[in-house]
Amino acid sequence: MSVSLALRHRFSAGAVALGYRLVVVIAMCAALALASDAFFTESNLINVLRQAALLFLIASGLTLVILTAGLDLSVAANLGMSACLVASVLKSTGSPLLGMLTGIGSGVAIGCTNGLLVTALRLPPFIATYGMLWVLHGLSYYYMAGGTIYGFPPGFREIGSGYLFGVPIPIYLMFLFLAIGWFFTARTTYGQEIYAIGANPTAARLSGIPVKRRLVLVYAVSGGMAGLAALVYLARLNSAEADIGEPLLLPAVAACVIGGASLFGGVGTISGTLVGALILTLVLNGMNLLQVNANWQPFVTGVIVLAGVWIDMVTRKRTEDRL
Amino acid sequence: MSEMPTLAVQPRRLRAALAATPGVAYILLLLVVAFGMTSKDFLSGANLLNIGMQSAILLMLALPMTFVIMSEGLDISLGALLTLCSVVLALMLVRGNGLPVALAAAVAVGLAFGLANGLLVSVVNVPPFVATLGTMGMAQGLALAVTDGQSVVGISEYVQPIYEGGIFGVPIPLAFALGSYALSHWLLYHTRFGSYVFAIGGNREALVLAGVRANLYHIGIYVFGGCMAGMAALLLTARTNSGHPTAAIGMEFDAIVAVAVGGTSFERGDGWLFGTVLGVFAVGVMRNGLNLLGVPSSLQVVSIGLLVIVALFVDGLKRRP
Repeated sequence: MSVSLALRHRFSAGAVALGYRLVVVIAMCAALALASDAFFTESNLINVLRQAALLFLIASGLTLVILTAGLDLSVAANLGMSACLVASVLKSTGSPLLGMLTGIGSGVAIGCTNGLLVTALRLPPFIATYGMLWVLHGLSYYYMAGGTIYGFPPGFREIGSGYLFGVPIPIYLMFLFLAIGWFFTARTTYGQEIYAIGANPTAARLSGIPVKRRLVLVYAVSGGMAGLAALVYLARLNSAEADIGEPLLLPAVAACVIGGASLFGGVGTISGTLVGALILTLVLNGMNLLQVNANWQPFVTGVIVLAGVWIDMVTRKRTEDRL
Repeated sequence: MSEMPTLAVQPRRLRAALAATPGVAYILLLLVVAFGMTSKDFLSGANLLNIGMQSAILLMLALPMTFVIMSEGLDISLGALLTLCSVVLALMLVRGNGLPVALAAAVAVGLAFGLANGLLVSVVNVPPFVATLGTMGMAQGLALAVTDGQSVVGISEYVQPIYEGGIFGVPIPLAFALGSYALSHWLLYHTRFGSYVFAIGGNREALVLAGVRANLYHIGIYVFGGCMAGMAALLLTARTNSGHPTAAIGMEFDAIVAVAVGGTSFERGDGWLFGTVLGVFAVGVMRNGLNLLGVPSSLQVVSIGLLVIVALFVDGLKRRP
């Protein structure tokens, strides 16, 4: 009884938080439309959604990790490594299917390694995945040897730059994975167990949840989503370099954090992360339209990460005070 | 019980002595022997001096990182911050300011970021790795934005001798390293601040309950890191005679590895400052040795990543009863 009450409380609070964030999105759209004539054009809006879609694919997997009170700092490096492997497989075989399998496979394999470092070797998640970041970074640079691989088969490029009924494929992928992610987190036992692990790992273990297996699963999913995002990104860019993933780490963390995922675990939703990805993309798009030097983007993204965490801290404190 | 004359009679005592020797000593010894055998240049005096010179900047990040990790924190902004400070220093010099003014500006930038890190971690209670991830992005972004992604060149000639010159026969980078170690040692083992560094990592709540203004000391730890990054920027800028907006990106990883290999624990307030020095040498020896063997720097990062996993795993084993 009390559990269902608690759940209901969480979902309604979640709906309110999501509502706030949607208001922010609408307000930003209005402000940008006033500030720039180029904003409310079909091509720009589709561009925003397309960028948000890529960010969402990475951030949705990362959200699961954050729900367990962990962090996967290797997602962007994973994306980069996977993209390089996919690029060379595409070049040597010409088969889009093999390329896709390579991307997902390498993403999941790297994610599983993270999961094992965290569970079997008991390394703190941020140290394990931060180490993984630099290991993957080094491996990608070694593998690419300073080169670029470009020009992929048209069938593969559809994933990133194709359209269906006038809407880019990545946007369909975004909604598909929003649905899958929502169902997984809110409607399956696995999802509920992940929330439980984040809220209180000891309680989760004592109530019979296989914590280690769930953690490995979560890191594997995060890695797999990075691999999937690598496919979309590669298909759009049509070229791969060693540092292709690097600039995506901060935006991915920012999307989760401003989407309402708490770094202390147990709080957050996949739909929140989608809205977070939208907010961040709107900010960066707005900077572009207002002709702010692109070199300022990492600075602004850093500020947004900190602002998001700060909001989380304040709301947590308020909730705790109320209890 | 009387002492036995030889170790051989008491294998248990030998084993205890071996177990008491910190792991980093073995790692360092192993690396030196391995590289000494595989590369004939490795053990030459010139090369060993070279390792010391190259390790000076890393040591200046690893010492404050030890403080941060002892307090159960992490500062992944230090590499980007060092880069930003170096860019600021170079820009100030190019615009015709004197060295003292330029260095003061670089240290002020370091101090400001350290203060921001400290406030976020201690007052706002943000998990340290996320707080410093955010400020890392900010520092990296600022370095790119103020230079427009280009190297800052055209520094007047008198900066480079700082890296190449010497005081009383001691190369200046080594003098900086010694000075930083002496300062850190004094702060950690001979001041109240130092005792509180251990206490914050061990049991921050107890410190607060005892009436200590823990926030102040906690902020101080990160401010120390920022200032050291500002000072290290002098060596970095002098070494290349320029400020490059990605010069030291990722150096914090080497620093974290050095601290971890040096035996400072991530999960309780204990550690060993001299262990960090040995850890820095281990990282420096590893990079230098692999360089001599012709291993590209991309793979050096990979082996350093593996080194930290081994070190942390050993730390985890020790923790278990």
